[in-house]
Amino acid sequence: MADLSPFDQPLPVGSDGKLSGGWWGVLALIVTEGSLFGYLLFAYFYLAAQTEQQWPPTGLPDLLLPGINTAILLLSSVCVWTSERCIRKKQTRWAITAMALAIVLGACFIGMQLNEWDKKTYGMTSDLYGSLYFTITGFHLCHVMIGVVILLLLLVWISLGYFDDRRYAAVAIGGVYWHFVDVVWLFVFTSLYIFPYL
Amino acid sequence: MAFSDVTRNLPDDRLDRVPDFGRAPMGSATEAHLAHIWESAPGWRGWLSTVDHKAIGLRYLVTAFIFLLMGGIEALIMRVQLALPDQTLLTPEQYNQLFTMHGVTMIFLYALPILSGFSNYLWPLLLGSRDMAFPRLNALSYWVFLFAGIFMYASFPIGQAPNAGWFNYVPFSGPIYNTGPNIDVFALGMVLLGISTTVGSVNFVVTLFRMRAPGMTINRVPILVWGTLTASVANLLAIPAVSLAFFLLWLDRQIGTHFFDVANGGKPLLWQHLFWIFGHPWVYAIVLPAMGIVSDALPTFCRRPLVGYAAMALATMATMLVGFEVWIHHMFATGLPTVALSIFGAASMVISIPSSVAVFSWIATIWLGRPVFKTPFLFFAGFVILFVIGGLSGVMTAAVSLDWQLNETYFIVAHLHYVLLGINVFPVVGGIYYWFPKFTGRMMNEKMGKWSFWVMFIGFNVGFFPMHIAGLLGMPRRIYTYSSRMGWDTVNMITSIGSFVFAVGLLIFLVNIAISLKRGAWAGANPWDAATLEWSVPSPPPAYNFAVIPIIASRHPLWEDRLDEDNGRSSLTEGYLLTKGRETIGTSPIDARPVTIFKMPEDSYTPFFVGLFVSLLFVGLLLHWWNFAGAMAAAGSIALIIWMWPQKALVQRVFSTARTNGEPHG
Repeated sequence: MADLSPFDQPLPVGSDGKLSGGWWGVLALIVTEGSLFGYLLFAYFYLAAQTEQQWPPTGLPDLLLPGINTAILLLSSVCVWTSERCIRKKQTRWAITAMALAIVLGACFIGMQLNEWDKKTYGMTSDLYGSLYFTITGFHLCHVMIGVVILLLLLVWISLGYFDDRRYAAVAIGGVYWHFVDVVWLFVFTSLYIFPYL
Repeated sequence: MAFSDVTRNLPDDRLDRVPDFGRAPMGSATEAHLAHIWESAPGWRGWLSTVDHKAIGLRYLVTAFIFLLMGGIEALIMRVQLALPDQTLLTPEQYNQLFTMHGVTMIFLYALPILSGFSNYLWPLLLGSRDMAFPRLNALSYWVFLFAGIFMYASFPIGQAPNAGWFNYVPFSGPIYNTGPNIDVFALGMVLLGISTTVGSVNFVVTLFRMRAPGMTINRVPILVWGTLTASVANLLAIPAVSLAFFLLWLDRQIGTHFFDVANGGKPLLWQHLFWIFGHPWVYAIVLPAMGIVSDALPTFCRRPLVGYAAMALATMATMLVGFEVWIHHMFATGLPTVALSIFGAASMVISIPSSVAVFSWIATIWLGRPVFKTPFLFFAGFVILFVIGGLSGVMTAAVSLDWQLNETYFIVAHLHYVLLGINVFPVVGGIYYWFPKFTGRMMNEKMGKWSFWVMFIGFNVGFFPMHIAGLLGMPRRIYTYSSRMGWDTVNMITSIGSFVFAVGLLIFLVNIAISLKRGAWAGANPWDAATLEWSVPSPPPAYNFAVIPIIASRHPLWEDRLDEDNGRSSLTEGYLLTKGRETIGTSPIDARPVTIFKMPEDSYTPFFVGLFVSLLFVGLLLHWWNFAGAMAAAGSIALIIWMWPQKALVQRVFSTARTNGEPHG
């Protein structure tokens, strides 16, 4: 039986957190972007399984700096999460601080990753491993850069006082995208840096 | 009026309010107000900025149909070349480009976009909503599709069109054997088209879960919705594979990477895996919504509900689920291990089970109903026959040993045309006959309709059935000519004749559209006496779709009185009014309880500009204008930021007045 009596409870209007269309949209985006990285890593393992060259050609990768960089990226995720929490507790000033910190950490990751690229003795076109390494980390770095731009926008919007505990969908949406970019890095890191040790 | 604001007493009714409930009959002040809110501006401004799903849906339909005609003309030229042995109408290279563009056009620029057209137009009407979940994204999806189509045809006039077949195998499509711009146009065009398909799929998925009318629980949505939902979820998972494959190929060709480069450890089979991991789910993405069209429209002409609704919905999803496990049946002849061939061959045969469930559902619906032999019925019944023939040849080629004999012969060409024309074109043309009254307010001519069906149906079978025989006689696909000593003369002549007869049938259909647009009889809201929600609104539907958001009690809201299923009655004339700007109701994913009031965006130019800049970015990549490409990326980003900027009108941010009400920030 359908209940045809009109609804007498107030309903939220507009973009209300996880009830918003955008939240569902970004989850769908994450599914398709996650697939993209899945296929990238599929290509990596497919070619690695059949290669006759040394893998990676210059020997096992150094783990120290990439490990620190991984920690930096994860820490930035914690900052974004904190920022969203603060907005929902109406502590806008703390939210701004946490978001700014997340952006600084994201920028650090980009800088260290570019430095890592610089140190490589092979390039994108020198051999098969180089093609894979730079394409996969390049795809990820692009995502981090876009993510930092999104975080910058969120910082501006939070500073303009756009959000409070009732309306913060943009922060939730941008935040979950940033978490996704960070989680993907764990897969990339495991495949490119840990896997050769196995 | 009942909708006068009862919620004004709440603290801030801009953030929370009880949705007004009442009636808004045609001609009432409320209805006029709604029309004023939802209508697009007249002239080119409205044309460029509209986000109305009905306008976008019709654009998709018309554009995709134009691509169908272009691909059809390419096919006819090839059939002239092949009608007799040793013809010289086309050079081998011209023939390569024609069959490639024919495949690309039909599979990528016609088959899915036409179904997106139906779904864009129909979904909100079927679901009882005022628009899709993301109207601006919908507009972007169309513009990028249009630009990608133009992009892929850009090198056609200068004789440099893609020429390696629609599945574009390396190494032939690689930098060594294919030095012109042909493949780069295809590769970048496919990545661009992938953006359009992806954002469109996101829109369908979110719309299904959030935008259904209250009471339309998940087991009450029409089968077309199941079909498009399944296809969209599959697209989200599969499109990245093909976009990546084409992007890697472009890197190989233009940057000098080694993914498919045999000399440096790259593997050509990686291309085939990535392509078919996408390719086979895609085959189901371009037939499942078309099967949904039949499942929804056929019952109207059988005067009874579809037999086996739940079985059909489950079969739709099962087909797709198994469809992700069959891609290697395109690669049986590549020397993969026997165990892989056996598993994928078996999985391919398993597909026949959900397909049979669907076929028996349709047959039972006809059997147990009282068929009315109108034109759409003929197309849908014809579709069932073609589906069975195409399905049978599919099971045959799923057997590894037989596939080794038939692979790369005309038998495969026959199979894929029975599947794609039978399960896509026939339901699409039938669907246009069926919904034309809804689109335009006028009926199509019935006599010409019957002629168009019989000419198309006979032409199709005369044209494509002999291809099975040509394949069994050993004729390879994609050869530009043949010697008369091969014994293929007769089958080829018959095939060419049949293809022209089929084209005449399609022409009759087009003439019918042109005449009916001007002189067709007025249709009224529900000319077929159908059961689903889209027929409860006027033809063509007003800009706001539903004056009140209906409340749904069954799968057949317009047949409840006669079916008397004891589910209660849907409320179509009394419902939620939502008249404070563009609004619609948001419901919970499974049981469709109202949970929120969505603010819908106004018309906007940003989708057009984002689409334009992204497309120009790809032009820059194609021509190696790196600075131009960078500038377009920046321009596209700025347009996106404008688009995403939180708006008060959409209640994406707090109101500054709330601040003065004693809610300080920070």
